Amino acid sequence: MQIHISTHDGVPVYLQIVNQVKYLAAAGRLAAGEELPSVRTLAEQLVINPNTVARAYLELERAGVVVKRHGSGTYVSEEGSPLARKERMKLLTQRADSLLAEARHMDVALDEILALVKDRHKNLNSNQK
Amino acid sequence: MKSTSHSAPETVIDITAVSRRFDTKLALAQVTLAVPRGCVFGLVGENGAGKTTLIKHILGLLKTETGTVRVFGKDPVADPVGVLGRIGYLSELRDLPAWMRMDELLRYSQAFYPKWDAAYAESLRKQFNLEPAARIKNLSRGECAKAGLLVALAHRPELLLLDEPSSGLDPVVRRDILEAIIRTVADEGRTVFFSSHLLDEVERVSDQLAMMVDGRVVLSGPLDEIKAGHHQLTLRFESVQARPPTLTGALSVSGAGHEWTAICNGERAQLTEAAGKLVARIVAERSPSLDEIFVARAGRKIPV
Repeated sequence: MQIHISTHDGVPVYLQIVNQVKYLAAAGRLAAGEELPSVRTLAEQLVINPNTVARAYLELERAGVVVKRHGSGTYVSEEGSPLARKERMKLLTQRADSLLAEARHMDVALDEILALVKDRHKNLNSNQK
Repeated sequence: MKSTSHSAPETVIDITAVSRRFDTKLALAQVTLAVPRGCVFGLVGENGAGKTTLIKHILGLLKTETGTVRVFGKDPVADPVGVLGRIGYLSELRDLPAWMRMDELLRYSQAFYPKWDAAYAESLRKQFNLEPAARIKNLSRGECAKAGLLVALAHRPELLLLDEPSSGLDPVVRRDILEAIIRTVADEGRTVFFSSHLLDEVERVSDQLAMMVDGRVVLSGPLDEIKAGHHQLTLRFESVQARPPTLTGALSVSGAGHEWTAICNGERAQLTEAAGKLVARIVAERSPSLDEIFVARAGRKIPV
């Protein structure tokens, strides 16, 4: 599980872990049932306070992204995260927003953007065949 | 994290209204702070802000002129044995006896501390790659810091007190030292109090912090609350503003013309209301980093 912590952008460290684990789960890089590193292991790996990792895991548990199994560890929830779709849409919304902002900056109309997205979609599909 | 079973009070260090003057310079001005058991407490500030002076009061090396210092509920000046035996201390100067060999340093330190754990000391020595036959005076700066940390840790103190532990060290040794702090609290739920001018490491490892500027504590509390209580807002005004706008709760304001950015302290809803009164709308907002909060509070940057 690859997590990157930055103390420059102002987002609380526990929230950075929460967001990145959600992202990894949504992107399929953390599979359902996969075990997360222990609080202590992740704290040492990232060189952060163990209480911060514990808090992040608690938030993830509340959000249904992970489950704690008694006496063993923390796992990505079996049924997949109930928030997974919502999270995916949230991530894509952010990407769409920055694409639209960029397009407006470059004076490219919405119709052209939509045509471009469809074109790229076709391109992606033909590459996969 | 687990807490130790000791029946000591839940506040490990309790400092109330401590002031200290050196000649004409006010080194500490009405400093009040409390360090709860089991936390990692970061004390941040520039060199000369009063961090080391405060640590010397905690250790009982300086007697209070006004105010009180209690460590484990005791006065460290009146009861040095009851206090110092429970503290692992790494001084900024890493003042170890230069003429000793590493193995001699371990035996020498063991004599001081009834609770010295020789097996733990040996495992730390191996982990830190310190040769038993090496003379202290020949150690590199990083090795010296590790040797000092070893002595501070090996009697498994209830309170680990570190004065600028990673100052002047390369990133690899700094990481070793931060890992040792993390392991200390993770393993045993002990309390760590450390001073630093590196806000990045304070933000990573501490859960409570206090900021000192010119001998005063300008901000203290749980890191989460401090972060949640500060916002960076960018306001766009209807008309060009010739001078920085006065915004309730703003600690610092910068910008020009239509757009001004402020670092503010307070409830988010109140800030929106304050902005509304100025006939301005909030066009951007983010959480400021600890570095930015410090600059806004101190009015200047910490020189690195």
